[in-house]
Amino acid sequence: MAVEKLFKDEATEEKGERARMASFVGAMAIADLVKTTLGPKGMDKILQSTGRGHSVTVTNDGATILKSLHIDNPAAKVLIDISKVQDDEVGDGTTSVVVLAGELLREAEKLVGSKIHPMTIISGYRMASDCARKALLDRVKDNKDNAEKFRSDLMRIAMTTLSSKILSQDKEHFAKLAVDAVMRLKGSTNLESIQIIKKAGGSLKDSFLDEGFILDKKIGLGQPKRIENANILVANTAMDTDKVKIYGARVRVDSMAKVAQIEGAEKEKMREKVQKIIGHGINCFVNRQLIYNFPEELFADAGILAIEHADFDGIERLALVTGGEIASTFDNPESVKLGHCKLIEEIMIGEDKLIHFSGVEMGQACTIVLRGASFHVLDEAERSLHDALCVLSQTVNDSRVLLGGGWPEMVMAKAVDELARKTPGKKSHAIEAFSRALIAIPTTIADNAGLDSAELVAQLRAEHHKEESNAGIDVITGSVGDMSALGISEAFKVKQAVLLSATEAAEMILRVDEIITCAPRKREDRM
Amino acid sequence: MALAFDEYGRPFIILREQESKSRLRGLDAQKANIAAGVAVSRILRTSLGPKGMDKMLQTPDGDITITNDGATILEQMDVDNQIGKLMVELSRSQDYEIGDGTTGVVVMAGALLQQAEKLLERGIHPIRVAEGFEISSRIAVDHLEQIAHSFDFSGTNIEPLVQTCMTTLSSKIVNRCKRSLAEIAVKSVMAVADLERKDVNLDLIKVEGKVGGKLEDTELIYGIIVDKDMSHPQMPKQILDAKIAILTCPFEPPKPKTKHKVDIDTVEKFQTLRKQEQKYFDDMVQKCKDVGATLVICQWGFDDEANHLLMNRNLPAVRWVGGVELELIAIATGGRIVPRFQELTSEKLGKAGLVREKAFGTTKDRMLYIEHCANSKAVTIFIRGGNKMMIEETKRSIHDALCVARNLIRNNSIVYGGGAAEISCSIAVEAAADKYPGVEQYAIRAFADALDSVPMALAENSGLQPIETLSAVKAQQMKEKNHCCGIDCNDTGTNDMREQNVFETLIGKQQQILLATQVVKMILKIDDVISPLEY
Repeated sequence: MAVEKLFKDEATEEKGERARMASFVGAMAIADLVKTTLGPKGMDKILQSTGRGHSVTVTNDGATILKSLHIDNPAAKVLIDISKVQDDEVGDGTTSVVVLAGELLREAEKLVGSKIHPMTIISGYRMASDCARKALLDRVKDNKDNAEKFRSDLMRIAMTTLSSKILSQDKEHFAKLAVDAVMRLKGSTNLESIQIIKKAGGSLKDSFLDEGFILDKKIGLGQPKRIENANILVANTAMDTDKVKIYGARVRVDSMAKVAQIEGAEKEKMREKVQKIIGHGINCFVNRQLIYNFPEELFADAGILAIEHADFDGIERLALVTGGEIASTFDNPESVKLGHCKLIEEIMIGEDKLIHFSGVEMGQACTIVLRGASFHVLDEAERSLHDALCVLSQTVNDSRVLLGGGWPEMVMAKAVDELARKTPGKKSHAIEAFSRALIAIPTTIADNAGLDSAELVAQLRAEHHKEESNAGIDVITGSVGDMSALGISEAFKVKQAVLLSATEAAEMILRVDEIITCAPRKREDRM
Repeated sequence: MALAFDEYGRPFIILREQESKSRLRGLDAQKANIAAGVAVSRILRTSLGPKGMDKMLQTPDGDITITNDGATILEQMDVDNQIGKLMVELSRSQDYEIGDGTTGVVVMAGALLQQAEKLLERGIHPIRVAEGFEISSRIAVDHLEQIAHSFDFSGTNIEPLVQTCMTTLSSKIVNRCKRSLAEIAVKSVMAVADLERKDVNLDLIKVEGKVGGKLEDTELIYGIIVDKDMSHPQMPKQILDAKIAILTCPFEPPKPKTKHKVDIDTVEKFQTLRKQEQKYFDDMVQKCKDVGATLVICQWGFDDEANHLLMNRNLPAVRWVGGVELELIAIATGGRIVPRFQELTSEKLGKAGLVREKAFGTTKDRMLYIEHCANSKAVTIFIRGGNKMMIEETKRSIHDALCVARNLIRNNSIVYGGGAAEISCSIAVEAAADKYPGVEQYAIRAFADALDSVPMALAENSGLQPIETLSAVKAQQMKEKNHCCGIDCNDTGTNDMREQNVFETLIGKQQQILLATQVVKMILKIDDVISPLEY
C-alpha cells in the first residue's frame, strides 16, 4: 500500500538524480550569469530594483549582482552565499569564486553522468585543491622586506583589480590613490578610517586623495571660515534643549511669569554649558547632534567654529585623526583630550562647500574624493575602489603576491594534472576534472575579451610546460605574454580564498542527494 | 464501514460526522503505518555512514539548511503523516538523550517495520511480533554489554576520546579536518568535565560561529567570546588582569516602577533637579571605580553622558550584552551579577587575565574575547567556515561530538562501529532464536535480519556490494569470534574496526536499539486510524 501523504501540502521532495540535477542546473545558471563580467574586458550588468523608484545600479561586481537577485533555487543560494563571504573577507574575487564553483559542478555533472560516485568526486576535489594550494605557495613572491618593491607590488595589485572595473581608464591614477590610502593605515585593516566622499560633476580623473579630513558639512553662520592651529573638541551631546533625564519629571507651572522664569533657567543652563565648552580653550566644536540657534550664536560670539550634525562615522573618524576624544560631559576640562589640526577651512568641490581639516596629528585617516559624471558612475567607482582597498589592506598584512592574468590558474592546473597522473583509482578522473575547471577561468577571461580562447589557452598550457614560466593572457594585445613584465599581479590571499571556498561550496552541493522544500509560509495579503 | 444498528435497523452514531472522516482498520491500518514509517527511514538511509549523502532542506522562509544530521533533517522536513511524526520524535529523543546516532535509530526502526510487515502478511498477530521484538531487543542489549570494552582515558591521555569523536565526525561534511575538530571537542569537554562525579555540563561550552576564514581556523578558546564591542570607540581594546563588574542595571537615571511624577514649578527646583541628575551619573561611575573594577559589562544601554564619563575615568565598558552571555561571563570569571549599583562590592567582581577586542575581515565585525578567566570552567568553540550553511552544519557536528565525549566520560564502555556491533548482535539474536518455542521465534529471527540492515546501508552508501560484503563480514565474525569486524567504508583494506579506530559509545548503541524497538512496538499496536477527510 502506498503512502498517501508524508509531507504537508505544497511541500516538495526531490530525490537522487533529480535533486542533483536541480542543484547542478541552478548553480551553473548562476555561474553563467556572472561569467561575462569576469576579466578586464568583462561586461557590466544593469540591475533594476523592484522597490519604489525602480532605482538602477550598473555594476561589474559579482557580489553586488548576486546580492540583488531573487533566487529560488537552493543550490544557487549556496553560491550567492560564498560570493558574499568572499566580499566580506577579502573584498575581491567575488566573481571568480562563483565561476570556479560553477565550473567544478559542471565537471562534476559529467563525472556523475559517467557513473562516478559523488563521494569519490569530492575526495578527488579535496586532494586537487590541496595540491593546487601547495603549487601556489611554491610560486608566491614575498617582498615584504623591500619597501620599494612592496609598494610596486601593491600598485600592480591595485591596477589588476581595478582593470576589470569602470575605473580601468584611469587605473593608474586610482591605483595610486588606493595604495597611498592603504599605506597610511600602517598595517591596520580598518578601512573605516578611509573616507570616500562622492560628488557628482567633473570627471573621474578629478578624483583625489586628501591627506587631511573632509567633513561634508557647512560652517555655522557668522563663524570664522578659516582657523589656524585649531583646538577641536569632538562631542556627542544634546545642544538643542538639554532634557532632564530623570524619569517622570515634568514642568508644571501656574502662571506665565513662571514659564518665563523656567525658560530663563533653561537658557541659563545652556549658556553655562556653552561656557564650559568654551572653557576648554577650543576654537572649533564639532557635535554629533543638532546645535540650536541659541548656542550657535553663543559660539559665534566667542569666535568658535561650531559644526552640527556630523554623523557618527564622521565623529569617530574625526576623533581618530585629530587625536581628541568624544566628549559628552564638560565638567573637567583638564582631563578631556582635545584634538588638534593645523588648519580648518571651507573648501569648494564642485558646487558644494565642505569643511577641510588639514595637518592633522595622526596621519592614519584620509579622505578620497570621487568625482564623476553621474551617480551610477560614482556608485560603481566607490564599489571598485572599495574592492581595491580591501585587497590592498589584506595584502599589507599577508604580503604574498602572485602573478595575474590566468597565471595562477595555469600553475595550479599543471600541478593538479601531474597529481592526476600519479593517483591510482577513480579519483584521478575527479582530479583531472578539477584542473579543467581551473583552466575554465583563463578561458572565460579570453572569451570575454573576444579572443580565440581555445588557441590562447592551448598556447598558455604549452608555455607553462616549461619550468618557471610567467606566461598569462595579455588581454590588451590578445596574445600570451609575460605577466611579470606586464606588471599584472594578484594577492595570494584572494586566490587562496577563491580556491578554498569554491571547492567547499562545490563539495557541499555535491553531497546533497535529496532536496526537501517546505511549503512556503503564507503571507497575509496586504493589498 | 462497519456500523452498529439498533433493533429498528437505524445506525448508531459512533463517530461524529462519520461521513467526513476517513478510517483505516485492521491490517490495512498497520500496513499503511508501516509504509509511512519506512518511507521516512528511506529518506535517511542514504545519509548513514562516512560516505553518506547530505540533504538540502528549504524552510518556509526560503532559508537553506544542508545537513547530514538525522534529527535536523527530520525536524525541518515538514512531515504531516502521523506515523512520520512518530519517527521524528524518535530521532529527537535519541538526540536529546545521546546526541549522536540519530540517523541510525531511524534506519533501524525502518528495518524493523519492514520485517514486521512480512510477518504480518504471514498472519502472525502484531502483538506477538511486538513481543518477539521486545525479547530480542533485550538479548541484543545484553549482548552489547558483553562485547563492550571499557577503555581508559584520563585528563592527560585523551587520545581514545579523540578517536571516538572522529568516528562521529567522519560522517559529516567537516570530515576534512575531523582530527582537529575532534581534539577541540574533547579538550573542551575535558575542560568543563567533573571527572569525580562523571558529569559534564554542556551549557558551559558555547559554540559560536562567524562566517569567513576556513574550517581549519576553528579554535577553542578557554574563555568567552561576546559578539559585542566597547561602548565608546576610543576605549582601550585590550585589558590585562581585568576586574569585571557585571551589571544588569542601565547607566541611566533610575526609572521607579511605581508611577510617579516630579513636578517642576520653580526655577530652583529645575536647577536642583539638574544637579541631582549630574550627581547621579557621577555616582554610578564612581561606584564602579571605587570597588576597583577595570571593565564594566552591562546588560543595558548607556546614556551618552555616562558613556563619556566612563571613558573619561578610564573605565572601559561593554553594553547590551545578552542575558545568557552575561551568565556565562559570570560563571567563567567567578563574578556575581549585580542588579543595583548600591550592591556593587569588590568581592562581586569577576576576574579575567585578558580581555581583548578582535576585528574580522573587511567589514567592521568585532568580537570581545574574555580569556584566562578565574574559573576556567567555561570554554568557547569558535567556528570559522566558508559560508553560513557550513558553519551551521559544523555547529551541529561539533554538538554531536561533544555529546559523544560526554557520554564516554559518564560511561567509558565502547563498542566497535562500522556496523560491527550490529552484526555481532544479529548473530547473537539469531542463535538465541532457536531457544524460544512458539511464534516469537519468527519475530526474533526477523529482528536479527533487521539488525543487518544498518551495516547493509553502510556498505550500500560506500559503494560496496551490500549483500556480498555483509555476508563476508558476518562469516568472518563467526569464524574468528571477533566482534570487531565491520564494514570497511573508507576502503582502507581491513575489516577490523579496532585497527581502524572506529568506536561508538555503548549507551548510544543500546539506546538506539531500545528506542527503535519501542517505537516499532507502538506502531504495530495501532489498528485503527481515524482522520478527518480532505476538505
